[in-house]
Amino acid sequence: MSVIETSAGPTTDSQVRRERFAGVLQGYGAAIVLVILVVVGSVSFPTFFSLNNFTNIATQSSFPLIVAVGMTFVILTGGIDLSVGSVFALGGVLAAYGSSLGVWGALLLPLLVCGAIGLLQGLLVAYAKMAPFIVTLAGLLAVRGLVLAITAGGSNTPLVKDATFSAIGQGGVFGIHWTVIVAIAAVAVGTVVLTRTRGGQAIFAVGGSESASTFMGLPVARVKLTVYIVSGLCAGLAGALNASYSSSGVPTVGVGLELSAISAVVIGGTLLVGGRGSLVGTLAGVLLLSVIQNMINQVGSLSSSVQSVVSGVFLAIVVVIQTVLSRTQRL
Amino acid sequence: MTEQTVTITLPKRGATLMVLQKYGVYIAIIVLLLYNLVFTPNFFQIGNFRTQFVQMVPVLIVALGMALVIGTEGIDLSVGGVMALAAAVIPLYIGYGLIPVVIIAVVVGGLVGVINGSLVAFVGVQPIVATLSLMVAGRGIALLIANEQLKSVIDPNLLAIGRGSVLGVPYSVIIAVVLVLIIALLVNRTTFGKQLIAIGGSRRAAELSGLPVKRILLLVYLLSAVLASIAGIIGTARLGASVPSTLGNLIELSAITAVVVGGTPLTGGQVKVAGTVAGALLLQFISATLNQHNVPDAFSQITQAVIILFAVYIQRGRAAVR
Repeated sequence: MSVIETSAGPTTDSQVRRERFAGVLQGYGAAIVLVILVVVGSVSFPTFFSLNNFTNIATQSSFPLIVAVGMTFVILTGGIDLSVGSVFALGGVLAAYGSSLGVWGALLLPLLVCGAIGLLQGLLVAYAKMAPFIVTLAGLLAVRGLVLAITAGGSNTPLVKDATFSAIGQGGVFGIHWTVIVAIAAVAVGTVVLTRTRGGQAIFAVGGSESASTFMGLPVARVKLTVYIVSGLCAGLAGALNASYSSSGVPTVGVGLELSAISAVVIGGTLLVGGRGSLVGTLAGVLLLSVIQNMINQVGSLSSSVQSVVSGVFLAIVVVIQTVLSRTQRL
Repeated sequence: MTEQTVTITLPKRGATLMVLQKYGVYIAIIVLLLYNLVFTPNFFQIGNFRTQFVQMVPVLIVALGMALVIGTEGIDLSVGGVMALAAAVIPLYIGYGLIPVVIIAVVVGGLVGVINGSLVAFVGVQPIVATLSLMVAGRGIALLIANEQLKSVIDPNLLAIGRGSVLGVPYSVIIAVVLVLIIALLVNRTTFGKQLIAIGGSRRAAELSGLPVKRILLLVYLLSAVLASIAGIIGTARLGASVPSTLGNLIELSAITAVVVGGTPLTGGQVKVAGTVAGALLLQFISATLNQHNVPDAFSQITQAVIILFAVYIQRGRAAVR
C-alpha cells in the first residue's frame, strides 16, 4: 500500500522525528503496554505481584509462545498458518503415543509428522501457488480430522508413558519450567536466524516484496516452504510439550489457538502484510495476552467470556493503531 | 467497467481445465447424486431432500454474504460470532413478538458488520484481522449477554420459522430462496453489484474512477452481517433454543468453502451467486453421503479439506488466465 510511496516534498526535522516515534511505537508498543499492565496489576491485585504468579504466567505462556514463534516466521513472509491449533493437538497425541517407545519416540514422532504437514502445506503455497489462507484452512480441518481418526473419534486420550518425557514438561530448574526455557530458546534462536543470517534476511525480503525478491534472485519458493515447515515443527513441539506437561495427549486441545497466536504476533508489531516484525515483539504479545487473562482471573467474579471480549477488542485497537502508524511512517 | 471479451487460445489441457473451473461444482453434484441413486438406499425420497435443504440453509445464507465480501477481495471471519450474537439477544426480547425480535437481532448483528466495514473501509485494516477480532469479541459478547447459558425459546411464531412449512416446503428454505434471488439481483442487476465487483477487480482503479469505494465496502460487510444474523435467527428457531456457545461455530469455514467451490475466486472481482448455492449444496450432499454410509466425522472433515484444496487448485488457473 503506502509502503512504496516516497514522501513528496522536503523532509522536515519534525517529520523525521514523528516517523521515528511511530516506528518505535510499532516495534515496542506491546512491551510498553505490558509494563503498564504489570504495574497496574501489581497495584490493583495483592496476589498479582508474586514470584509464584509470575512463574505461573511464564509456564502458561510457553506453549502459545512456541506456536507464535513459528507463526511469526510465516507472517513475516506475508503468509498465514491457520492449521497450528490442529497441529498442536496432533503433536500432543503423537507424543503420548510415541512415549511408549521412550523419550525419543515421544519427541521425534510428533516433530516428524508435524514437520511433514508443514512441508505439505508449504509445497502447496510455495510451488502450487495457492493462497496460504485456504491451504492452511484445509490443513486445520484435515489435521483435526486426522487427530480424531487416530483417537477413535476423540474419545481416546492416550497417556504419557515415559518418565523422562514427563519430566521435560513437569520439571525445571530454579523453579522455572523446562517448557519456559525451550520457549525462550526458540525466541532467541529464531531472533538470531532472522536478524543475523542470509535466510532470515531472505524471509524479510520475500515479505517486503515478493516480486522484488524474485528479481534479486532469492529462492522465494524455498523460503516460503521453509517457514511453513518451521511453523509445523513449532506447533508440533508445543503440542508435545503440552502433552508432557499434562501427562496426556488430549485430542480436543488447541481449538482457536491459531487466533491467539495470530493476535499475539500482530499485537507484537509484526505486520500481517509481511516484511516487518520481530520475535521479541511476539514474546511481548504473548505475555500481554497471558497477563490480561491472569488479571481477569484475579478479579475472580468475571466469566471467561470476558477474556475473549477483551482480547478481541484489544486486537482491534492494536491493529487500528498499527495501520495508522504505518501510514505515518511512509518509508 | 463493462467486461471485455478476451479471446485466448488455450491448449487442450487448458480447455478441460476451463470446463472444470466453470462447471466443476455442478458436475460434482451430478456425480454425487448418481452415486447415491445407486448405492444409498432411501436417498431419493422427498423427505430426505427436505432434510438436506433445511440443514444447508444457515450455511447457504452465510455463504451469500461471504460471496459478496470475497467479491471485494475481502473475507469475513466474524459470521459465526454474529450468529451467536443474534441468537443471544432473541431470548431477551422474544416477549415483544416475532417481528420486533427479528429486527433487534438483525440490528445487533448488523452493528458488527458496521464495525467490520468501518475498520476495513475507513481505517484500512486488512479484512482478515478486522473480522478476526470481531469473531473473537462477538462470541464473547454473545456469551456475556446470555450469561453463558443455553436458553430455550418457545415462541410458537419463531419455532414455525425453523420447523413449519407451507405446501411441504419449509419456511426456512423459502427464506433462503428469497435471499438468494435478492442477492442474485443485487449482484447482476444493480449499480451496487457492478461497483462491488469493480472494487474486487482493482480497488485502486475503482477509487480513481470515482466510485464511492468506502461506502460500498461498508455496505458489503453490513450485508454479510445482516445475512449472518438471519442465519442465526433461523438456527435458533430450528433448535428451539438460543445456544450462543456453539451456534455458527466454524461456519465461516463452510461458507468460504461453498463460495470458493462455487467458482468465486478469493482474489475478488467476481461473484457467482448460483455457484455459491451449488457449492453449499455440494457440501451438504457430501456430508449427507458420508453420514449415511456411516463414515466417521474424522474422515468427512478430511474429505472436506481435500475438496477445498482441489477446488482452489483448479480456480488458481483461472486467476492466472484472468
